[in-house]
Amino acid sequence: MSKPTRSKKQATADLGPYGHVGKAVSELDERLGFAKAGRTFFDKVFPDHWSFMLGEIALYSFIVLLATGVFLTLYYVPSTGMTIYHGGYRPLQGQVVSEAYNSTVNLSFAVRGGLMMRQMHHWACDIFVGAIVIHMARVFFTGAFRKPRELNWTIGLLMLILAILEGFVGYSLPDDLISGTGIRIAYSITLSVPLVGSYLASFLFGGPFPGNAVIPRFYTIHVLIVPAILVGLVTAHMVLLVRQKHTQFKGEGRTEKNVVGTPMYPIFMAKTTGFLFMIAGVIALLGAFFQINPVWQFGQYVPYNISYAVQPDWYMGWLDGALRIMPSWEFAGFGHTIPFEVFLPAAVFPGLIFGICFLWPSIERWYTKDNLAHNLLDRPRDRPKRTAAGAAMLGLLGMLFIASSTDVLANFFHVSLNQVLVLMRILVVLAPIVSYALTYLICIELQHLPQGGKRKVANVVTLTESGEYVATPAPRPPSAVAHEELAPEPVPRYIEPEVQGSPTHRPDEGDGERPAASVRTVPR
Amino acid sequence: MTDAHDESRTPVSLSTAKWSDPHLQPKAEHPEGVERVILLTFFLGFLGFVGFGVAYWQNWKPWTYGATLGAGMLFIGVGLAAWGKYLMPQGPFVEERHEIGATAEEVDAFNNALIERGGGQFKRRKMLGGMLAAGLGVFGVVAAFPLIRSMGPLPGDSLDVTDWKAGAYLVDRQGRRLLAQEFAVGTVISSVFPEGFQDNEKAQTRDVVIVIHAAASPFGTGSRSSWTPQGFVAYSKMCTHAGCPVGLYERAQNLLVCPCHQSMFNVLDQATPEFGPAPRPLPQLPLYIDAAGYLRAQAGFDQPTGPGFWERTT
Repeated sequence: MSKPTRSKKQATADLGPYGHVGKAVSELDERLGFAKAGRTFFDKVFPDHWSFMLGEIALYSFIVLLATGVFLTLYYVPSTGMTIYHGGYRPLQGQVVSEAYNSTVNLSFAVRGGLMMRQMHHWACDIFVGAIVIHMARVFFTGAFRKPRELNWTIGLLMLILAILEGFVGYSLPDDLISGTGIRIAYSITLSVPLVGSYLASFLFGGPFPGNAVIPRFYTIHVLIVPAILVGLVTAHMVLLVRQKHTQFKGEGRTEKNVVGTPMYPIFMAKTTGFLFMIAGVIALLGAFFQINPVWQFGQYVPYNISYAVQPDWYMGWLDGALRIMPSWEFAGFGHTIPFEVFLPAAVFPGLIFGICFLWPSIERWYTKDNLAHNLLDRPRDRPKRTAAGAAMLGLLGMLFIASSTDVLANFFHVSLNQVLVLMRILVVLAPIVSYALTYLICIELQHLPQGGKRKVANVVTLTESGEYVATPAPRPPSAVAHEELAPEPVPRYIEPEVQGSPTHRPDEGDGERPAASVRTVPR
Repeated sequence: MTDAHDESRTPVSLSTAKWSDPHLQPKAEHPEGVERVILLTFFLGFLGFVGFGVAYWQNWKPWTYGATLGAGMLFIGVGLAAWGKYLMPQGPFVEERHEIGATAEEVDAFNNALIERGGGQFKRRKMLGGMLAAGLGVFGVVAAFPLIRSMGPLPGDSLDVTDWKAGAYLVDRQGRRLLAQEFAVGTVISSVFPEGFQDNEKAQTRDVVIVIHAAASPFGTGSRSSWTPQGFVAYSKMCTHAGCPVGLYERAQNLLVCPCHQSMFNVLDQATPEFGPAPRPLPQLPLYIDAAGYLRAQAGFDQPTGPGFWERTT
């Protein structure tokens, strides 16, 4: 070996066993002091269960929303000032439209990649809210909201409410006919609040509807206020998750006092980063191939125009359905009017639903008198009343969601709208009751199943010489044997450095010789 | 190099593992095969991103952007997740939970500082604390003025009155007066305004009426029969439920239907709500036909148009 190489090697050895990276880390640690906490974070164990990915879907679609949203702000003009459309979309040529609508159509057709970005943003939003709801259902049905995690349940709920608000405000921004009608309804709902409704509405909209304030104000809410709060809440959600550690399902070696799974670095990090890319990829494909909210077909919002089959985005459906099936119970008297037919379904009812959700951990603690901290999750069947209550809630909201398309249903099944409406009124009352009863019975039934949920072993039926049929359990297939889990062990504090040139995964191979530079020295 | 023998640092347990530890083995039965598959997905992801660059540079059709970008991210993502799942140490690993709460003494120390050290200050100087609270309270109240009160004007009578006056001509969107003889029975003129207000956006919401030539002769009971000259009838187009334009006319049943929440109003009977959530009839505009044959308003509406609100008198 020549001399320069040798001295270079010597220099590398001086850096210590972890080379330049190790040197950089100790330099940084002397200033920031992160190595100890960083190592603890690297070792944080994540349970392996598919249902823990639902929250990740929400988080990653939120990241896609932020990225695509920033792109959209570069082209969108939040103004109701009127202009004449001169873009490339022929049917709109020469029409008087607002700057907001004009810029939305232009960023879809005239900006390269704009249509894809806009559609990705809209799809990501629908997925975002959906993932939150399903994640919340998982947390509910498995009892993950119990002590000590009530606060994180509350934060999650706040994020759901903000996400719905953010979605509504966001799809209102293009100032198209359908979303404008949505704003009109929102104005009427504000107006319906007893005592202060007309003042609230006038303040929020900067005067009588429609006015010119609503689009710029919605823009500020959509790109600044709500996202800032959401980012803060997401951070708090994650900090609490790390501080309180994950819950886990019951299983071998899993107790209230530990977490079993795979460590943050590099295993979980690789899987979750891969998942981020998968979700972004799926959203990109949706944005490319599945049209969503084609505002150029709806036309500019004009207060006196309306289109047929006006449905909001899916997460507003339950409120729209509630408005539709509400009987016309307006109170009028003493010189005042209380529009209960709007105020009850659109203001009181969602308040009630979210109120129940906010209070549920307290309600359950009060009902069960259980004040212990829980880190092991319930199987839904083992808590039949809670599971049934959750099913009742989903039944109610699901039926209201269906009720938001009474007109489409009537057309599709060729029945009268009145019949559909009456039927939906009955079903909305029946659905929670029936869901509760059915779910309760199914839970009790499942509890009595022997070995419920375990993989069944096939039986081999053989005919003996005496003509008797005998069933014997089949031998387990090799793949089932190979997947048998080892007993969980702590994340090793140190891994002996690998031997140069020898393959990594050979359990029975000897240690071999270790290069001097990579010998572990003294632990810090 | 730093002093590795510094004793002040907490010593850590020496749980070491060799790479031969079964917990550090990949889950895959044939890691080499899995590695090849992942390599292929990474390569496909690489191709996807290159394709995105080309599609963007060449300005291909919009769907090609999403297709290439999506494929790139999907393949990279699948490969990365598979790497983590099948080739990295399978574990399982266990982590002990620490006690979240502090010891009783630590909690006590916190409480002591909170109540005695800090709270004691307020207890001892009640006047100061009270004045400070009063100042901050006033700040909280007055801050509401710029934050809330300045956001819009007081509603005033903006919800009660429309621009319809006695004698006002009915005009369409283009501002053309409506000549009765031009509209056969069954015709709907979907958006009609008082003359001079057809381009005013606020008037478009409050004033707009839908005019239907519903019958061949005046109809309606009592004084209302004089509101429907030659069978023309005009109702406020704003739904009394949530304010959507009641834009659908079911000619066969003589019903006006609101597309938002499916309220139905009987055109021949003072727009009485037949079905749905709307609580009140659509306000009716009394019409007459002048000597020149134009449709005009006998008077304004006798009530506020649109959805209900607290100050609405009955």
